Amino acid sequence: MTVPAKGSSRERILARIRAAVQDAAEPPPVLRDYRDSHQPDDPARLLDLLAANLADYRAVVHRCTGAELPAVIGRILAERGSRTLLVPDGVPEDWLSGTAVERVRDHPPLAPDRLDAVDSVLTGCALAVAETGTIVLDAGPGQGRRALTLVPDHHLCVVRTADQVVASVPQALPRLDPSRPQTWISGPSATSDIELDRVEGVHGPRTLEVVLVG
Amino acid sequence: MSDTYLGMPSFPQAKASTRDTRLRANLTHATRTIRDKRARAVAELDDWAQLREAGKRIKDRTLRHLDDHLVQLEQNVTAAGGTVHWAADAAEANRIVADLVKATGEREVVKVKSMATQEIELNEALAAEGITAYETDLAELIVQLGEDRPSHILVPAIHRNRGEVRDIFAAKMGEWGRPAPEGLGDSPAELAEAARLHLREKFLRAKVGISGANFMVAETGTLVVVESEGNGRMCLTLPETLISVVGIEKVLPTWRDLEVFLQLLPRSSTAERMNPYTSFWTGTSDGDGPRNFHLVLLDNGRTDTLADEVGRQALRCIRCSACLNVCPVYERAGGHAYGSVYPGPIGAILTPQLRGTASAVDASLPFASTLCGACYEVCPVAIDIPEVLVHLREQVVERDGPGHRTERAVVRAGSWLLDHPAALGAVERWASRTRGLHPRRLPTAVARAWTDSRDLPELPEAPFRDWWRKSR
Repeated sequence: MTVPAKGSSRERILARIRAAVQDAAEPPPVLRDYRDSHQPDDPARLLDLLAANLADYRAVVHRCTGAELPAVIGRILAERGSRTLLVPDGVPEDWLSGTAVERVRDHPPLAPDRLDAVDSVLTGCALAVAETGTIVLDAGPGQGRRALTLVPDHHLCVVRTADQVVASVPQALPRLDPSRPQTWISGPSATSDIELDRVEGVHGPRTLEVVLVG
Repeated sequence: MSDTYLGMPSFPQAKASTRDTRLRANLTHATRTIRDKRARAVAELDDWAQLREAGKRIKDRTLRHLDDHLVQLEQNVTAAGGTVHWAADAAEANRIVADLVKATGEREVVKVKSMATQEIELNEALAAEGITAYETDLAELIVQLGEDRPSHILVPAIHRNRGEVRDIFAAKMGEWGRPAPEGLGDSPAELAEAARLHLREKFLRAKVGISGANFMVAETGTLVVVESEGNGRMCLTLPETLISVVGIEKVLPTWRDLEVFLQLLPRSSTAERMNPYTSFWTGTSDGDGPRNFHLVLLDNGRTDTLADEVGRQALRCIRCSACLNVCPVYERAGGHAYGSVYPGPIGAILTPQLRGTASAVDASLPFASTLCGACYEVCPVAIDIPEVLVHLREQVVERDGPGHRTERAVVRAGSWLLDHPAALGAVERWASRTRGLHPRRLPTAVARAWTDSRDLPELPEAPFRDWWRKSR
């Protein structure tokens, strides 16, 4: 970092802040007496809540066992008529054993217009938040870089219910690494910009399908 | 509305907008819809009061040590591969951004909706340098294509109904890029689809993105953008260079602090449990997103606001716009009347502090309120907007308008009279004796307007104290 010159805007702004607050009293301490979660500690109910909240924001939710997963993925892609599937590194090979669609890899990294031409993208996730109906991607294994889940119009996301579901936002943050780029997704792209009326489907994937496995 | 001067500046532009019945219908429909939804979303959390208090205190403590948090933020953004710039005012911020864009050799940029860049009028500054900025938020697109001004923090085109949006898209999209589809209808879904098609080609070829941020985390160097449509993700992810212009008050000390604000903001603004997309990034990441990241920290009046003991609480604002949606004045006057990118109750306390009260509109803003307090009640960081309004009114009055001089003289004379019972008695007796000569309406244009719709009180035959002495 270069040392800014005296009289630079940096020094001026910092000096103005110091002058502005020098006589101010120390504000009261932050009490974190709000809830860590608004839900009882019951994994089955948490899963139901996650499914309900995802669906409430127009994500399509599927639930299955690990053994059923390849067939479920195959059926979803077939019903949608997808011919190409973007598969980031780290997606388990057996997830794909129930489909014959053409797989597209991000090696070398695909240009945006190539991503735009892909029918669907399949990923895992870092975790899911039940209270808000949110899935979190952090570019970890099986998720790929951020553009992969943004440009294609259909995002299929697999959540492992055994270890990837938390109840609330306060429970989610400590499990996430701030140095990684993150995308929190709560339902498909939407807008309320016309008459404050919520409409799904603008720039991100217009269809979000979430498979809860376990 | 009459032109009566009652010692407070009138709210000049509201005079026209309150007569615009279509505008009022659009606003009433939209604000009522969101009001009820917000109340339901907030009611889902039984610890809302605790979250609100925590949000308030985190912001207050951050502002008290803002210098330390900004220096720490700068260190961590820099360590993560970003470059931090400091801009004392709008002109400096615009120059920094224009130079950064020119250095890339590009002539167009895609923009995420950002209050800070609107505040500094970045698009106009870039245009003057031959750079075209494409707004990508649906409402911002409506405003840009309609050569209009934003009228709401969250939904800048709230003053437009679906039919108007359709007409703007059909007429103007072709001038900016891909034209609207033939026979475009006016359902929000069709309009959103038209925007998707129009903007997609711009996203896919964009080399420079410009954003603001909802939060910046000092201890990690992370920036956070909260959005719905995915245009934010496009601008933050696809370009090679990302420039974020962010007000210095947006910093939070810790990663954990987000647990409060990510609960408060979506429920207060769009009335959702969580908004569809939230992006977090820390500097640059290899092979994921922009290779160059610039953060421009903006003062532009914020340190002046910070210096005001009462007014500094306005810097807690997280731009949710809940206060606009509940405000009876906003609902009737509309956002344009506030003459600033920050309309509604928060604008009425923020704009005069950021810009001063030199202009007639800005001096009128602290008076553009009934002090009903609904804004304070819904504010997720408990900004006591009525308190600041009254405080700013004092400041405007201190500068001495003519009406206030008269008022002060009248009050002084009244105080003297009440302090001198003999004189008071004499005046009262004289007033009672001349009852027959009292006019029914007051003279002079100003006073006459007052009695146009009000009766003057009738004086009794004798002053009360004389009557009391006699009848006791």
